[in-house]
Amino acid sequence: MNPTNLAYLSNYSIYSAMVLFTIAFFAHALEVSFSLKNEEEKTKFEFARTDKSGRIGSAMVILGFIFLFAGVIFRGWSAHRVPWGNMYEFSITGALAFTGAYLYALKKYKLRWLGLPVSIAVLLTLGTAITLLYRPSAPLVPALKSTWLAIHVSAAIISGGVFLLANCIAATYLLLDNYERKGGRPKWANRLPSLESLDQLSYRLVALVFPLWTFAIIAGAIWAESAWGRYWGWDPKETWAFITWVAYASYLHARVTVGWKGRKAAWLCLFAGSTFLFNYVYVNVWGTGRHTYSGL
Amino acid sequence: MSETNPLKATEFLRFFWRRLTSMRTAIILLIILAIASIPGSIFPQRTQSPLKVDQFFARHKTWAKFLDAIGFFNVFSSPWFSAIYILLFISLIGCVFPRTLLHLKKIAKLSFKEGIRESGNLLFHISLILILVGVAIGSLFGMKGQAIISVGDRFVNSASSYDSLGFGKFSSEKSLAPFSITVTNFQAKYDVKTGAPEDYRLDADIAYPIESKPVHKVIKVNDPATYGSTKIYLQANGYSPMVVIKDGKGKTTFEGAVPFLPQDGNLTSTGAIKLPDMNPQIGIVATFTPTYSMSGKRGAFSSYPEVLDPRLVFSIWQGNLGLDTGIPQSVYRVDTSKMTRIGLKSLKVGESYNFNSGSITFAGWKPWVNIEVGRDPGKDFALIGAILAILGLLISLSLKERDLYNSEINESN
Repeated sequence: MNPTNLAYLSNYSIYSAMVLFTIAFFAHALEVSFSLKNEEEKTKFEFARTDKSGRIGSAMVILGFIFLFAGVIFRGWSAHRVPWGNMYEFSITGALAFTGAYLYALKKYKLRWLGLPVSIAVLLTLGTAITLLYRPSAPLVPALKSTWLAIHVSAAIISGGVFLLANCIAATYLLLDNYERKGGRPKWANRLPSLESLDQLSYRLVALVFPLWTFAIIAGAIWAESAWGRYWGWDPKETWAFITWVAYASYLHARVTVGWKGRKAAWLCLFAGSTFLFNYVYVNVWGTGRHTYSGL
Repeated sequence: MSETNPLKATEFLRFFWRRLTSMRTAIILLIILAIASIPGSIFPQRTQSPLKVDQFFARHKTWAKFLDAIGFFNVFSSPWFSAIYILLFISLIGCVFPRTLLHLKKIAKLSFKEGIRESGNLLFHISLILILVGVAIGSLFGMKGQAIISVGDRFVNSASSYDSLGFGKFSSEKSLAPFSITVTNFQAKYDVKTGAPEDYRLDADIAYPIESKPVHKVIKVNDPATYGSTKIYLQANGYSPMVVIKDGKGKTTFEGAVPFLPQDGNLTSTGAIKLPDMNPQIGIVATFTPTYSMSGKRGAFSSYPEVLDPRLVFSIWQGNLGLDTGIPQSVYRVDTSKMTRIGLKSLKVGESYNFNSGSITFAGWKPWVNIEVGRDPGKDFALIGAILAILGLLISLSLKERDLYNSEINESN
């Protein structure tokens, strides 16, 4: 197949994934509203109906993940390289990593209640990518032609996906904690896990992926040494990667050695995640320095 | 009184030392280091983009002076940044070494899991120290320099050959590696549709040591040439138009290739030719376009980075170049404040233009490359430190506590 067709195929896959995530969004929204209705009418909990829409939601997320995966692969194939050459490609791969992290956690921790915010976040990311960030498929600039591109960027994108998932959970924690302080959870949140286990889960995710983020930075440093003549130069992207690293290191420290839990830990987790997002948005779009590969 | 004072002083010192070397202080210093690096990512830095610092000064004069005074344009070499760095270094050492000794004494008594966890933890912190040592060695004993070399020219690694050159505190010209580079060819490949670069390739004959027989090497963007701890990188490229300038009597006063600076992705390049020996002095402000295009808005510009239709577009100025004022001038610009314009012309290769006191011929062009030579004797420490740090992290973070979330979910089902 020729490159143009492959690039089109990639775009169609991304569009299809967006449709699937939209369906997932409605299915999860229905799941929430069914469970609400059940409780309001004080009838016996109609588990089957709620569960069914939830299952449809999960199925759509899995299908969406497959189409997104195909979209990323076709995009790379069309240009004969890894699909990480500009911000459009970072974004679709980031959405893929985020969905992957969610599916992993779905299987391991039965996280289906997160389906609604996850499908919203993925739709927003893909929507921004395809409208504002889209660039035609093209070969890499010479500076990106290196095996380290695959290693460094994949580690960074996967870490980002898991960090943001931990952020979603920390945000849920803070929301529910607010309700409980004011006298109790609203009905829709009754089926969500306890505060304590949410707290532990976000910590678990961060602890899981922190070594990978450390590796992403180090792989970037090794690459920078061969491409730019120094392994660390306080380039804006490097600086903010360091800041994110320190923020998560403090989070882990605060939990393990100082014994922070709950609200304070959740806020710190949110803060650390926002330094990652800031790096992605600010440095790519408005920033200067040598990580200017957004193609914008 | 006089007896208790020294005691108090040592007590204070001891208190201070304990505070400094507690784990909490180390992490707080790390956070302060992260916060201190923020201005370096927001304001332009002299080491990264001196031009943008100048632009900032031009736009906000007093504000820029204030920022400069507190080191915001040199954040990463400012005294306060170094102070935080050194304190963090001492704090980490003071925190980690006593703990390591204690751990080695106690390790037999600990449970297997506890022992492993603490070992991983300590390994991580020791490797952080190793990284800091590596960074320090690099900045104290390293060097870095840039030079523009036209194709065909030879570069000998000595201080005078560089356009810019910087040494660490304990490093000097004597530490420059003995080599010479002759640039034999430079090739750039571009995407035909977009003009985006696809590949750069520099062919060079490198003699190391200088007296030895040169060896042919290919240097690419991700593929530097390495000699000991010195590396030679390909950083940028551009064009040098070749010109011949004659005076009124037909005698050649200048002949050669003049490196011009690229202004955009299609390598529209600007530069200057200064002729202080002509009487009156002549300055030429010029633009070289590898593929000539013209628009009302931009004037002459290049529409493709390869040489397809080369032109030299220039204005000739006569008067005082201002070279004797003592203020260093850029070789790429002419100070025209004491000069008058006597001509404006666009030439193709081989064409000449006569002005009132001589003539200029556009003879051809050559590519140039900007190489960076860098030596960092500390980077192996940093690399080993980084690898050990990940190992330590994996060991200390992989040991799990009870899985609260899943047990709760399973109970509720």
